[in-house]
Amino acid sequence: MSNFFDKSDLNRNEAETVVSDTLKKCDDGELYLENSKSESILLDDNKIKKSSYNSDLGFGFRAVSGEIVAYSHSNEISKNSLKQSSENLKSTLKSAKGNYDYSIPKSNKKYYTNINPIEEKTLNSKIEILNKVNEYLRKKDNNVQQVTANFSGEQKSVEIIRSGGETLTDVRPLVRFNVSVMLEKNGRKESGVYGIGGRQSYDDYLTNDNWKNVCDEAFRIASVNLDSKPAPAGEMKVVLGPGWPAILIHEAIGHGLEGDFNRKKTSAFHNLMGQKVASEGVTIIDDGTLDNRRGSLTIDDEGTPTEKTVLIENGILKNFMQDRLNARLMKTRSTGSGRRENYRHIVLPRMRNTMMLSGKQTQDEMIKTVDRGIFAVSFGGGQVDITSGKFVFNCTEAYEIINGKIGSPIKGATLIGDGPSILKEVSMVGNDMMLDPGIGTCGKAGQGVPVGVAQPSILINKMTVGGTNL
Amino acid sequence: MVKDQEYLEKKASYCLDLAKKLGATSTSVNVGNSISETVNFRNKKLDESNRSDNLGIDITTFIGKKKSSISSSNLQEDNLNILIEKCIETTKNTPEDEFNSLPDKDLLAQEVKDFNLYDDTHLENDSKAEYLTRLEAAASRDKKIVNTESSFVENKSNFILANSDGFCKGFKSSSFVASSIAVAKDEKSMERDYEYTHKCHLNDIKNAEELGKKAAEHTLRKLSPKKIGSEKITIIFDKRIAKGILSIFASAISASAISRGTSFLKDKINQKIFSDTVNIYDKPDIFKGQGSRSFDSEGVKTDTLKLVEQGVLKNYLIDTYNGRKLNLKSNGRCGGTSNLYFENGKIIYKDLISSNSKCLYITETIGHGSNIVTGDYSVGATGFLIENGEFKHPINEITIAGNFKDMFQNLTLANDLEFEYSTNSPTMMIEGMVVAGK
Repeated sequence: MSNFFDKSDLNRNEAETVVSDTLKKCDDGELYLENSKSESILLDDNKIKKSSYNSDLGFGFRAVSGEIVAYSHSNEISKNSLKQSSENLKSTLKSAKGNYDYSIPKSNKKYYTNINPIEEKTLNSKIEILNKVNEYLRKKDNNVQQVTANFSGEQKSVEIIRSGGETLTDVRPLVRFNVSVMLEKNGRKESGVYGIGGRQSYDDYLTNDNWKNVCDEAFRIASVNLDSKPAPAGEMKVVLGPGWPAILIHEAIGHGLEGDFNRKKTSAFHNLMGQKVASEGVTIIDDGTLDNRRGSLTIDDEGTPTEKTVLIENGILKNFMQDRLNARLMKTRSTGSGRRENYRHIVLPRMRNTMMLSGKQTQDEMIKTVDRGIFAVSFGGGQVDITSGKFVFNCTEAYEIINGKIGSPIKGATLIGDGPSILKEVSMVGNDMMLDPGIGTCGKAGQGVPVGVAQPSILINKMTVGGTNL
Repeated sequence: MVKDQEYLEKKASYCLDLAKKLGATSTSVNVGNSISETVNFRNKKLDESNRSDNLGIDITTFIGKKKSSISSSNLQEDNLNILIEKCIETTKNTPEDEFNSLPDKDLLAQEVKDFNLYDDTHLENDSKAEYLTRLEAAASRDKKIVNTESSFVENKSNFILANSDGFCKGFKSSSFVASSIAVAKDEKSMERDYEYTHKCHLNDIKNAEELGKKAAEHTLRKLSPKKIGSEKITIIFDKRIAKGILSIFASAISASAISRGTSFLKDKINQKIFSDTVNIYDKPDIFKGQGSRSFDSEGVKTDTLKLVEQGVLKNYLIDTYNGRKLNLKSNGRCGGTSNLYFENGKIIYKDLISSNSKCLYITETIGHGSNIVTGDYSVGATGFLIENGEFKHPINEITIAGNFKDMFQNLTLANDLEFEYSTNSPTMMIEGMVVAGK
């Protein structure tokens, strides 16, 4: 645990006094202190290209009055710096006359341990695994042209000081191990990427030479793509595989259910609470409480314990994801979804682990019903336009389906759909729900936060596939 | 006030000295400070104010051909001591790489030219709010506009780049950015669009009313879009999308992508990759240019580069490390391009949009659908159907796809280039792309 006042001319009592004084006419706010240590070790092109270490320290001071947020952050934890921030907040909220809400829920549950993953594994043993990965893949096949592998790890300590002196703390480990491979055959190049990670130490993910499985999967995806043909263009049926393809849920539905877009009425879902927004059998939750998952949090960045929030239950819209600000303005409670990338950023309602729960059908049953369509197994990034509801994502592994059978692999194509209507097009929900391997980062308003997704196989009746083959 | 040169130089030389004492054979340090103040409005009212004071230091130490780096936002000496010690320790344990080194001394910039990138004017938050009040009034004039958001950001930064070969230079810069987003609604649809202005000098930014009016216009014309069928079609890219395509070209000719063999433009030097009429420049010495600079992020002097001449690829973007691997000298492009642009084409905008009886005019794309390894391109898009030079109706929920190798060969540029940002393009037409819709 970090002591933020150790080497500062500011002590904790003085900081608490400034916080209480600054926030006394405000509705909410806090002093958020953060100390993070991170590393990145990268092998690329047969060499250790990068070994870097970062230590970041700073505070963000927030005052909220009505709908207005005033924020000021700095790297210097000092009397002078905090005073300057306090004055900056007061000058924005000159006419604030709010009632500070002291209540914040409590919980003793923890979803990960206080480890520092960087220190749990020596630099040499990390370098050794990266070299093994390189050797293994290059030996595996003559078509391997390029191998990139990296470890990235972080330990982030946060402390939240609220008006009145209440203090909440959390220590968050996060690691990721990633392998990317490029193959070249007959002048054609294709790449494949796979990774694993979460909120434990590296070795928890690397037991029994598990790095080999990561290599094999990246290699398999690249090999499939070497034989891919141009993707079809136009509207057709799409079967999504289980696990990581749930970024469709994340993009198409998740963002539109974040509290801020709905309070501001810029989300296509803002007036659909209690209504049917998905086919029967579709249940979607956002869960911050899964042990050691990438998107899990013991408390959010406002200090609220996270929870399992039901967003859509059997097709009916039940809840939005809320931070304290949007919850107060929408007269509901925070769902523990207030997150920020770091102390440089304000809190926004964000997703944690977003999951569609299992249904009854099998993947085979879905494929059999498709005359002409595609089977999408893995995706790269996705994006959504909240206002129009249109979303896209890019296939990194997909196959055509012809007359109920899986056919040739097809080239990376973009799929585009309409968020509010896509879940009504879901006609089958599989019995094979799977979590993603722990690699997702979600971007919103310039802030990236780690997230997870999960889903079973699903059949979507109609989506537009952006290939080149007419 | 942003930290001055003297403070930053002192920090940098402290680190260089300590690293040397601890055993580094060479070292480079970048230390910077930026302060920005932001005011955001929503629906004509103050929504957020944000003051941000960022300090940061990056240190790279070399021991022979071994290299490692650290970065931190905590510039207190006791913290720097711990970090530099850790960096040296890591360097010792990192395998050698024969291409690791500081840049050649004779390539380092000898002077910092004044491109007038710094405007000392400080705009109080109340004045920012006043600008945004006028902007939002202009943006929300139409009844169909149901939501407006706007933002004004003032930023001042300063940095020093120093290395153990005696290089020690930096410069101040400033930026003023105002943006306007409007959301419009009718019975059939809800749409959002934007406009923004970004300049080094306060006096050069667009006026508030013009910005708000433009954002509203862009949004209103998107209402009640239709989906169209799938077909092969000519696409016209609005300037704001065209400049993104130019950026993708730049990333495909970075020495890193070329040396790793992960670019579709590998081995294409001195080959014709665009049509004859296309010329691409990267010009670092534009007065008040947002990408202007005298040296790159390693200190190497940056001169104008002609990247593409009459369709032929003439230069890669080269940094020291990847240059050594390719046996080429750095041309001062570590960290990317400076002011990158397509030279004007010959055809006027009006003639370009009426050169085909039917085409799509794209104003926004979504998704990360550019593959630099294969050149494949497939993104979600929004825009308009144009028939015989006339804008017919808005379109959405389509994708557009092609391969850059073909797209570059079939590319025609209008003559409406403006130097608004650090990467700029005239309106662009590409024939033979595939749109997927119904």
